[in-house]
Amino acid sequence: MVRLEPRRQHSQAMVYLSPVLAILMTLIVGGIIFSFMGKNPFDALYTFFILPINNSYGISELFVKATPLVIIAIGLSMGFRANVWNIGAEGQLTMGAIFGGGLALYFYDSESMFLLPAMFVLGAIGGAFWGAIPALLRTRFNANEILTSLMLTYVATLFLSFLVHGPWRNPEGFNFPESRPFPDAGLLPVIYDGTRVHLGTAFAVLVVIAGWILLSKSVIGFQLRVVGKAPQAARHVGFRQKRMVWFTLLLGGALSGLAGLFEVAGPIGQLQPAISPGYGFTAIIVAFLGRLHPLGVLFGGLIMALTYLGGELAQITLGLPNAVTGLFQGILLFFLLACDVLTKYRVRFGTPAAKGEAA
Amino acid sequence: MDWLIPLILTVITASTPLLLASTGELITEKSGVLNLGVEGMMLVGAISGFAVTASSGSAILGILAAIIAGMLMSLIFAFLTLTLMANQVATGLALTIFGVGFSALVGSGFVGFAIEPLPGLHIPVLTDIPLVGEILFGQDFLVYLSIVMVIAVGFFLSRTRGGLILKAVGDSHHSAHAIGYSVIKIRYMATMFGGAMAGLAGAYLSLSYTPMWAENMTAGRGWIALALVVFATWRPGRLLAGAYMFGLISVLQLHAQSAGVHVPSQFMSMLPYLATVIVLVIISSDRAKIRLNAPACIGQAFRPAQ
Repeated sequence: MVRLEPRRQHSQAMVYLSPVLAILMTLIVGGIIFSFMGKNPFDALYTFFILPINNSYGISELFVKATPLVIIAIGLSMGFRANVWNIGAEGQLTMGAIFGGGLALYFYDSESMFLLPAMFVLGAIGGAFWGAIPALLRTRFNANEILTSLMLTYVATLFLSFLVHGPWRNPEGFNFPESRPFPDAGLLPVIYDGTRVHLGTAFAVLVVIAGWILLSKSVIGFQLRVVGKAPQAARHVGFRQKRMVWFTLLLGGALSGLAGLFEVAGPIGQLQPAISPGYGFTAIIVAFLGRLHPLGVLFGGLIMALTYLGGELAQITLGLPNAVTGLFQGILLFFLLACDVLTKYRVRFGTPAAKGEAA
Repeated sequence: MDWLIPLILTVITASTPLLLASTGELITEKSGVLNLGVEGMMLVGAISGFAVTASSGSAILGILAAIIAGMLMSLIFAFLTLTLMANQVATGLALTIFGVGFSALVGSGFVGFAIEPLPGLHIPVLTDIPLVGEILFGQDFLVYLSIVMVIAVGFFLSRTRGGLILKAVGDSHHSAHAIGYSVIKIRYMATMFGGAMAGLAGAYLSLSYTPMWAENMTAGRGWIALALVVFATWRPGRLLAGAYMFGLISVLQLHAQSAGVHVPSQFMSMLPYLATVIVLVIISSDRAKIRLNAPACIGQAFRPAQ
């Protein structure tokens, strides 16, 4: 008989090993799924995980895709630590793109160097505004932020659809549901010639460093760590749960909004009905893959970015449906959660000791 | 009056999947388990039901497949959260992410397939009664089943020993364990009932509501079903009322255009989601009521002391 025995302390080795274990198990299951679909599993895994990054352009694309994931996941991981479950990052991303992108459309013939910084500010405000609603509803009315933040995602997506089909549609755009292209002054500069790596990628690295400092050096970072691990102790010493809810939802919202703005002012260059392949949801997995730690999130973001690139390539070269990406992401999260048990418990074989039976 | 009968008919079809899924989740939550993966289980149920119906030609086989698929999905959740004691919120999210991907993958071969929608009941004379005949006696059997199930769940919870045990497990798992009930086993069963009902709700969408498969066709209904359980403060009678109220809100956009309301369609489509937020706020702000009705152990892992 197999049973779980609690460890006195979390296993430090397992904290680092369990994500690796989860990735390995996902690869094995992925190989099995590929062979069921009539593909050679080794070819398919190679196409999915190696081929996209075996050249320098591929690696630059990895950074482009990882940028929004990392920025969003840093914000989400702070919330998850404090048991604030913001799962509406996709909506906050959309609102950031609408607010910041709206400015670029309003000044569509501007050449001002202030346009881009102003878009950053508005993008962050848009995302934070959309995060503030679940924060208000949770702190003031006790409404579950999981459901409200998710519902608001649908609202934000529909609002963007309304804008690009209606008032913000490009008047010279042959009736396509797209906005005007942003002016050059409203586009993120590419920081490495010949690639699509933009200023947002550099910002993502800054966010990781800032997140690390916040978590390890600041008072609120200390509170976040305590609230997550021992909520009762935190209440006892007077940490205010409401403050955590506001802080994490505003931060998560602002970062998601910025990530959304970077997408529309970077790789996309205009507003259109679909501006994200689910970055806001995938970032949830990134946060867990990175063990809610900023450095871990950086690695997690790169790995999840690879599943997007691999999915696109597998679609083109192997004819696999794009949905394989989502499937992989879900399986990886399952294994991550399952492997987590190893950090808190020891797996024992055999029947419980006599002492246990007597109790 | 010309508009009333079609309106009621569409409300019934829009409410049924919400009612089926939330009835299942109600039992799951009553046992102390919060499964946020309803959306994923519904999607996998929808594609399983559709794929089997389209390949075999039998809707009954399709519905059975959807129930089994929903149960298997909930079994993954139960194993992770009940046996491995993983975080229920995170695992529920994983179940939805997985379900979206899995259903889209399987469904990619079934886009554009056409099937016969589930046949409606036809009782001579009764179904032909003007006005109310079709509403009361002309629905497909899943509609009747959804009503029967919510009544049965109400009876089970309030009038049977099994219902008492289930509530005890959800309200105080340590006491229930001390009396000698197997908390984990009961929670497994309650979670799988939730999975079966979510699978059934998915099958209703792909076999009756819109007899076809489309990626992400649940469009957030699984999440609305979760909100409905809170709205109903875990009481089956209010669940029935809530599901029909949401059904009404979600079909308003279909009828608004013909009624001459000129609001952009996107704003009409926002209504069910906005209504969910508003309703959650109104219900949740009464903290005493939530505390009184919510299962006390909801979302908490249970590990029997050895």
